[in-house]
Amino acid sequence: MGDFDVSVILDNLPFLLQGLQLSLVLTALAMTGGIVLGTLLALARLSELKPLAVAAGLYIDFFRSLPLILVIFWFYFLVPLVLGRPVGGFYSVLIAFTLFEAAYYAEIIRAGITSVGRGQVAAARALGMTYTQTMHHIVLPQAFRAMVPVLLTQGIILFQDTSLVYVVGLKDFLTSAELIATRDQRLVEMFLFAAALYLVLCFSASQGVRLLQRRLAK
Amino acid sequence: MIVFDRVSKWYGAFQALNQCSTHVDRGEVVVVCGPSGSGKSTLIKCVNGLEPYQAGSLTVDGIEVGGRKTDRPRLRARIGMVFQNFELFPHLTALTNICIAQEQVLKRPPDEARHKALTLLERVGLIDHANKHPSQLSGGQQQRVAIARALAMDPMAMLFDEPTSALDPEMITEVLDVMVALAKEGMTMMVVTHEMGFARKVADRVIFMDDGRIIEDSQTDAFFGKPRSERAELFLSKILSH
Amino acid sequence: MTYNWNWSILINDPYLGWLVDGLLWTLAVSLAAWVIAFTLGSVLGILRTTPSPTLRTMAATYVEVFRNIPLLVHFFLWYFVFPELLPDAAGMWVKREMPLPAFTTAVVALGLYTASRVCEQVRAGIEAVGSGQRNAGRAMGFTEQQVYRYVLLPVAFRIIVPPMTSEFLTIFKNSSLALTIGVIELTAVTRRIEEYTFQGFEAFTAATVIYSLITFTVMGLMRLIERRSRVPGMISLGSG
Repeated sequence: MGDFDVSVILDNLPFLLQGLQLSLVLTALAMTGGIVLGTLLALARLSELKPLAVAAGLYIDFFRSLPLILVIFWFYFLVPLVLGRPVGGFYSVLIAFTLFEAAYYAEIIRAGITSVGRGQVAAARALGMTYTQTMHHIVLPQAFRAMVPVLLTQGIILFQDTSLVYVVGLKDFLTSAELIATRDQRLVEMFLFAAALYLVLCFSASQGVRLLQRRLAK
Repeated sequence: MIVFDRVSKWYGAFQALNQCSTHVDRGEVVVVCGPSGSGKSTLIKCVNGLEPYQAGSLTVDGIEVGGRKTDRPRLRARIGMVFQNFELFPHLTALTNICIAQEQVLKRPPDEARHKALTLLERVGLIDHANKHPSQLSGGQQQRVAIARALAMDPMAMLFDEPTSALDPEMITEVLDVMVALAKEGMTMMVVTHEMGFARKVADRVIFMDDGRIIEDSQTDAFFGKPRSERAELFLSKILSH
Repeated sequence: MTYNWNWSILINDPYLGWLVDGLLWTLAVSLAAWVIAFTLGSVLGILRTTPSPTLRTMAATYVEVFRNIPLLVHFFLWYFVFPELLPDAAGMWVKREMPLPAFTTAVVALGLYTASRVCEQVRAGIEAVGSGQRNAGRAMGFTEQQVYRYVLLPVAFRIIVPPMTSEFLTIFKNSSLALTIGVIELTAVTRRIEEYTFQGFEAFTAATVIYSLITFTVMGLMRLIERRSRVPGMISLGSG
């Protein structure tokens, strides 16, 4: 421990930042896709059409019962097979994350929608609004306002979860750090640095969310 | 204008409405009262189809509310409703609460909707509060905005579902005043309320419900003179005793 | 899509045996880690609600540090970094002589990490009981410990049954991360079968079915227990 070597971090900084970029891009894309798909799933889950509600419920419960690593393996294996040609691991993983996260986002969004009282829906209906108008103008704006902090917190969790692409060797931030760690035999430095960077990023982000939550509550 | 003909409704095995028949004519003010759980809120919510009924017929301006082909959003746009808990939209200002359905449902141009909203806010005495959010208004003020919101649609009839029962006592009058003025202008109104003073003053008829049935349906004077049923007598003695 | 189906692979030797062993390791890691997570998490959760600011800050710091670093990094820290930070002799022992090094590390990493999540659930449970109850207990002359023992905890632990169930299921799913440091648990086994036989579809299906079945069974059981242990008029946190 006496010979903690900072230079191994500094020398490889560009490589590490490239990895971090991949982690962030994957997070942003999967979060966007997850929220869009999650909203549709939540609406389907709350639909008065029984088969639609049941199908959405099954999707949500099914994905929530699986480890993310298994889902990553599934799509890493399936996507090239279905397409009939090799695609970059990034796309397989992106699909896996989007479909997986959608199940979690759907539950958050569903909770947000149900937190808007039935009276609000009745009032909108009494004014002659259709289902779509009620959702668009009355329910979703209120629901999303209540959900924003939770959605962002889930985004922080998603960012941490992207480290699991390590299992298929995609060069995200953590995998990059691990590659250097084993190549240069600098495990202590690299892993402590990785931990510190995640801690700083995620802690700052969660403090930001807390601040936002307090402002929204006003 | 509103005609109930043996309307029945069940929640599972529980019968909420039992063969209810009555009517509200154009320009008439009808008060519905009765103990809690008697079905009066359910009855009024059937009128604009917020609650479906399973048997009987209910028409508004000749249109069967529960009809398979009835365009319920369109029908509802022509009937105003005021709720017990106001149900203003908390993410919108008082003004936009009044504008949103005018624009989205009636497709009125924003200027026209805004003008209409301001006129109505003036009328309910809240013009200075146009840009406040519901949480910044008192209960009585919120309910007056809610009435303005319903009136903005130029409804042919107004439904009131216990409009004053969630209010603190000192705010009840300001809401009732608005309603009395409305009644005197000739608005067709169906009002679920325990405010017997209001009923005496402006109602043409009073309906008394119990157990999902309409027990009494009489002219206001007759109702307060001598209710025929024992249950109505008992109910009145309880709510008028102090 | 061309693919040669061969479902019989799953009941063939040695793959069936692998699957069984994998499932047993998954369960072993999950249960052992749960013991740590539940015990430590409960203590931390109680500390977060005590009147002492020092204890509250300590527990809060633990939670922030653990939940803001990805679980996989925790695995690497305990497996690769921790032995290096120990005095030489102890580090040597961990690296060379500690029995089942991968398993033990996985249990410790997963347990300590999940403790931070359990802590937040326990805290939420205690806070849900409310300060009125706390004051009522104090007014009766209970000491602070007695207030927790007789008033707050009995109610708090009952209302957090549903979120605790989902925390256990989370640990069960997260135990798959143990494969990154060499524990051949269920997910690792199916990956290995895929690599040996190229029958990925069958292998992953097997794991998927096993995980789902166990999750749904646990959820069903908990709903049953919850219904049995319900105290009239008491609500639970985030059921379902």
